[in-house]
Order: sequence, then structure tokens, then C-alpha cells
Amino acid sequence: MKIGIVGLQGAVSEHLEATERAMQKLGIKGEAVWVGRPVQLEGVDGIIIPGGESTTIGKLMRTTGLFEQVKQLATGGKPILGTCAGLIVLAKRGDEQVMRTRQPLLGLMDISVIRNAFGRQRESFEVNLEIPALGEEPFSAVFIRAPAVEEVWGDAKTLAEFQGKIVAVQQGSLLAVAFHPELTPDTRLHEYFLRMCQR
Amino acid sequence: MQRRTEEKIVAFGTERLKRGFAKMQKGGVIMDVTNPEQAIIAEEAGAVAVMALQAIPSDIRAAGGVARMADPAVVEAIMNAVTIPVMAKCRIGHFGEAQVLEALGVDMIDESEVLTPADEEFHVDKSKFKVPFVCGSRDLGEALRRINEGAAMIRTKGEAGTGNIVEAMKHIRLTERQIAELAGLKHDGLGAKAQEYRVSVGLAEETAKLQRLPVVWFCAGGIATPADSAMVMQMGVDGVFVGSGIFKSSDPARMARAIVEATRYYDDPGVLLEVSKDLPQAMRGIDIKTLKAEEKLQARGV
Repeated sequence: MKIGIVGLQGAVSEHLEATERAMQKLGIKGEAVWVGRPVQLEGVDGIIIPGGESTTIGKLMRTTGLFEQVKQLATGGKPILGTCAGLIVLAKRGDEQVMRTRQPLLGLMDISVIRNAFGRQRESFEVNLEIPALGEEPFSAVFIRAPAVEEVWGDAKTLAEFQGKIVAVQQGSLLAVAFHPELTPDTRLHEYFLRMCQR
Repeated sequence: MQRRTEEKIVAFGTERLKRGFAKMQKGGVIMDVTNPEQAIIAEEAGAVAVMALQAIPSDIRAAGGVARMADPAVVEAIMNAVTIPVMAKCRIGHFGEAQVLEALGVDMIDESEVLTPADEEFHVDKSKFKVPFVCGSRDLGEALRRINEGAAMIRTKGEAGTGNIVEAMKHIRLTERQIAELAGLKHDGLGAKAQEYRVSVGLAEETAKLQRLPVVWFCAGGIATPADSAMVMQMGVDGVFVGSGIFKSSDPARMARAIVEATRYYDDPGVLLEVSKDLPQAMRGIDIKTLKAEEKLQARGV
């Protein structure tokens, strides 16, 4: 198995490591690769769009051509995981903050997002989050200037909520979370994604 | 299964949240700005964050006198203008200014040698704050002391406001050489080194094991062109701060975009060539040799 991590900016190496740890846990032979150009997406079984600054990542995806390539692969059913900034990039609609920066959205998921939904860095938090899809044990979730999903429609399904805000969503082969599974030792979310990529 | 509606918040301002915030900046460019208009130009160019200042370093250098924290109203106006993180500087050791900036809600505080130091004995005890700090360093000892005090991110000091990369290069090379040396030490040697650096043995061990600083490490001080940024990225830093280099150039928006691209494609000379062509005039800059010892900002706060 080969998982491509969109490596334009942000927590890229952390996702590479978390993905490889999850592969080991599941006994999957494979590798996670750093993707900076469309050609590097050849032969991948899944794509991760990591956290970072969504305006920067969105703009660099445009200039590199990764924007069109990822969109095309996703439309063809390739599984994609977006975390934090990656969640924003996957959304169909953004709030006023997202629109003001004119950041490009892939528009793949039937969700609308609120940027910095919980506040600034001072309000960033860690919480034991219940995500039934990952099992009964709560997931230690790290929210950093995190976005949230305001609304889901169509085929998008809520996987987790916190304080009345939606923070994890799945729509078929697309998975988006507002927190940072790559910053904690728990690999269950990456394992969940890898199983989506196996189908 | 009965689902609980209220999960318990574990914590704010943890080490993981502070260092995690810094990780989100990796591969990015953090730009010095002095007003909302500049902040918007930086955001549109793809900056990952802005540093809100009352004056950019080259003007601070020229003005002389005591350089203090920016007027919180100036910082607040910038916070209201952009969606990306906003950082601000406090004087070395000035926990009062740091408290003001935390109350204001800036996303990161830079305890900076660019401002006039407030305490010759101690830096701010950064572990007491919920907001993460970035600090400057010239060598591994300074870097580890700042991490020991709670810094979540380290940047080279370089020589701010000069548009001259030579000092930052010196700081990167020295720090990397010292990390390699540390990694080669056995247990007793590590203990002695930790003592020499005045840091915990645990921190020295962690650095030796990782063979890098245990927090995100940026280059700052003297970056004026895309090629400057590409070079320091190849040296192994995680990203760059650009101070006077952007808004002292003749076309800040273009210079900002070019530095963002060069920082991402630092290892691709083709891209670097493209973004370097017909660039706006870079800032004039200062030869370090013409600075007197007391004019160097980097010696502040070791």
C-alpha cells in the first residue's frame, strides 16, 4: 500500500510517521510518501491532507497543480483524509473567514466549515473525544486553532461532535477531522483510514 | 449505547498544544507586519502567520532608544484583519509585557532580542503561560536553555534588520555541529554537557536521541531574498521568519509570494530561478563588519 501525504506545509512528517505506525499495527506492507507535485500521486492508494495553515496549503495546491489532481482522484473514488486545515480544503462551503481569504476549496464533501471555530491558540485544547466508529475507548484529540463543521448534508455523516459542533465527518471514501490525530500516539484514526484504502 | 453529551476538556496550554501549534507552521514563512494592510498582503501571499510590530527591525535599529512591546491596539487591529495566526514580541525577561500579550490573545509570543532586554538575569518563565513562545538562539546551549524555560519553538537570532544572512548561517551551522557532537556523547558526557549548557539531562538526552532540536526550529534574522530562504531551508531549518526583507523591498506582495514559493521548493533550483527573476529591489542591507559590538542585537539574552 502507498499513501501520499500532501507535503506543502504543516505537520507532514508527523503524518508520515503516524501512517507508517498504523500500517505496522495492521500488518500492512507499505509506505507513506511525501507529495509535493502531481506526478508523485501516481499509484497511491489514499491521500492525506495534513494540518497547517489552510490558506497557505490551499494556495500552494493551486500553484503546484495538486489541486486539480487530488480533486480528480477523489472524484474517481480515491480515499482522502483531511485533518484540521485538510478538513477545510475538502469542504464545499466555508464561513466568512474562509471566503475573505479567497482560499481555494476542493469542494468534495457536503459540509460547511467554520475556520478557527473554537477561538485562537489560547483556546486550543486537548479532550478525550468519543468517536463510536473508532470503538468505545475515547480518542485523545488535539484541537489547535481548529475548525468545525457547521452543517452536513447529502451523503456526509457525522462521526463525532464536541460542544455541539461537528468535528469528524465521513462521506463515502472521504474522511475529515477537525483535530490532529498525527500529534498523539493513538493510531486508531489512521488505521480506520487505511482500512478504507484497502477496500 | 448511551452517548454522553458533554465530554470533559482535558487541558488548555499543554506542552503538546504549544509545540503542536509550532508544528503547524513548518515549511512556512512568518512575516513581520506593522499594520492591517501589510498583514492582508502577507496572508494573500501565503504567509503561515504574521508578526505584529510597531516598527520593523531595520527601523527599530535606525531609531535607537528603548524598543518596547508594540501598542496592543496596533496588534489587535492586525488580529482583526487576518485569519492566520498573529504573533507579537515582548522584551527579553519582560513577563509583564508577555502577560499583556497573552491577555490580548496573540497566538504566539516572541521573546525577542530585537527589543531592548528588560532583565539581564532571567528570561520569561514561559512554562507559566498558556500561549506558546518562540525564542532566538545562536547556539545549542541558548536553544536548550530557552526550551528548558518552556519555549515551544526556536529561531536563529541572525542579525535582525540587516538584510544580511551571514549571521543566521553562522548560528545554524554552529547549532547543528553542536547537536552532532551531543549525539556522539555517552551518558557521562551528556551529563557534563547538560551542566555546561545549564539544562536538564533529560533535555540533552532527548536532543541527542532525536539528533535535532526537540521543538520546531526556524531561521530568522537577515533573510532578504527567495534564495536566502531556500539556502537556509536546505541547511535543515523547518521554516523562516522574514522581517524587514518584505516590506523594505520595492514590491512587498511580489517579494512575499516569491519567498513563500522558494521556501516550499527550496530544493528545486528551477522554481528558485523562476521566482528570482525580475524581483523587486531587495532591501539595501548592512555589512555586519560595519556594526560595532554594541550595535549587534544577537548578543542580547544568552
